[in-house]
Amino acid sequence: MSEFFAMDGYAAFLWPSYLITFVAIVANIVIALKAHASARAAALRRLEGDPAGTQT
Amino acid sequence: MTVSKAASSWQAARIVLQREWLLAVRRPAQVLQPLAFFAVVTAMFPLGYTPELAKLRAIAPGVLWVGALLASLLALEHLFREDASDGTLEQYVLSGQSLTWLLLAKTIAHWLLTGLPLTLMAPWLGVVLGVPLTAATGVMGALALGTWTLSLLGSIGAGLTLGVRRGGVLLSLLTLPLAVPVLVFGARATELAITGDSPTGALYLLGSLAVLGLTLAPLAAAAAVRIGLE
Amino acid sequence: MGTNWAWFHRFGSPPHVYRLAGLLTPWFAWPAALSILAALYGGLVLAPPDYQQGEGFRIIYVHAPSAWLSVMIYAVMATAAGVGLIWRMKVAHAAAASCAGIGAWFTVVSLVTGMLWGKPMWGTYWVWDPRLTAQLVLLFLYLGYIGLRSGIDDLGRADRASAVLALVGVVNIPIIRYSVEWWNSIHQAPSVMKMAKPSMPMEMLVPLLLMFLGFTLYFAAVMLVRLRAEILRRERSASWIREALR
Repeated sequence: MSEFFAMDGYAAFLWPSYLITFVAIVANIVIALKAHASARAAALRRLEGDPAGTQT
Repeated sequence: MTVSKAASSWQAARIVLQREWLLAVRRPAQVLQPLAFFAVVTAMFPLGYTPELAKLRAIAPGVLWVGALLASLLALEHLFREDASDGTLEQYVLSGQSLTWLLLAKTIAHWLLTGLPLTLMAPWLGVVLGVPLTAATGVMGALALGTWTLSLLGSIGAGLTLGVRRGGVLLSLLTLPLAVPVLVFGARATELAITGDSPTGALYLLGSLAVLGLTLAPLAAAAAVRIGLE
Repeated sequence: MGTNWAWFHRFGSPPHVYRLAGLLTPWFAWPAALSILAALYGGLVLAPPDYQQGEGFRIIYVHAPSAWLSVMIYAVMATAAGVGLIWRMKVAHAAAASCAGIGAWFTVVSLVTGMLWGKPMWGTYWVWDPRLTAQLVLLFLYLGYIGLRSGIDDLGRADRASAVLALVGVVNIPIIRYSVEWWNSIHQAPSVMKMAKPSMPMEMLVPLLLMFLGFTLYFAAVMLVRLRAEILRRERSASWIREALR
């Protein structure tokens, strides 16, 4: 197992590569979900303030 | 100065060119500042690096090109800004003439007032970098074609940043990456000219960029200006 | 306008796209997760070490798909921008807007993983390799696009101005790539890092292809979520939202 993580001496380059890719993947999911949630919340607030939902 | 509907395209272009020339004569600082900037930037390199001409000669193509690039960007900031704020561009749109054509005339005027003087200056600035005057034709050929393409690319960027606060930095951020091919081919042609080899191949590549830019950039610039004036 | 345009308008209508994007997202997200996990196992465990680069070659499984995404996303963004500009389709502009951020992220990932790969292979983190250089320029193009978008307050104008920029960029990218290759061939020996090895054995190739598939599906899923957010942001006064958000 430790041999697998050592990656024949390339660990210092290989695992950071995978880590930053993982961070980017997760971050983009979080950013997208947050953007949707906040846009949704803003839209709902707007609808409550304006029941007809037709005014800008 | 309004452009009448009855005027032909050539007349309209001539009127635009004349107007730009008159403005330049009345505001010479705007024309001279980019040129002074080019000279100052070039003079900084020997001071910041080494007075040895042999070493400076090796980096001269890069210095001249980055200097020319930045100097023409400096001038591009004013390409449309004043004309947008005093309503001239609005008049161009309403004139019934093709906006693409009028903007091309304006870009040609810009090149004549910026790119061409930069080109003429370059061999003399090159002298302080150890560039022999025998390279002058090659250096000038490269810069003439290159600054022409830069003016075209910059006209798109200047149009896009019309409505932007502090648009100058953004204009550089938009235009510089697009100018990479010009820089690469231009610097190479300059390098070949300095070492005494034939720069023809690189000049052909620069020339094809110039032609491609001429066919596409005015259309994009006109679209950008229309959007900016909305 | 004939009836054959009906599908087009239906496709371009925000409520329809919002609903469709919501329905499609899981169909992209789960296959993406599965293929990325399978490719991870295949790439890190099953694939044999490379005969030249040893275990170090395994960086390819995150580097190459990121580089692919960064270029593909720009193409998708420019296509959406073009559709938005030509047919004045708001949804297409929203789609272009949701691409830029993701594209910039993965351009950075491809650059950093490329540098981390370069250190053991070249002995230095940065070499002016044509691929890395082109990626760097691509990052600047993304930053310019994002900068222009955020620099213009009016949304409609920001949409159209950035669309023009995306189209100019897409015409330029092949020229930039060519010029950088040309520049590199003059100034440097060909790089040691050969990515597209035609002789790659199946055990290496299959996980790589799976990773490409997984990243592409992942992008589709994330982009659809962002697209829904953009649509809500732009259409927040429309009455259909009441229906959609119930």
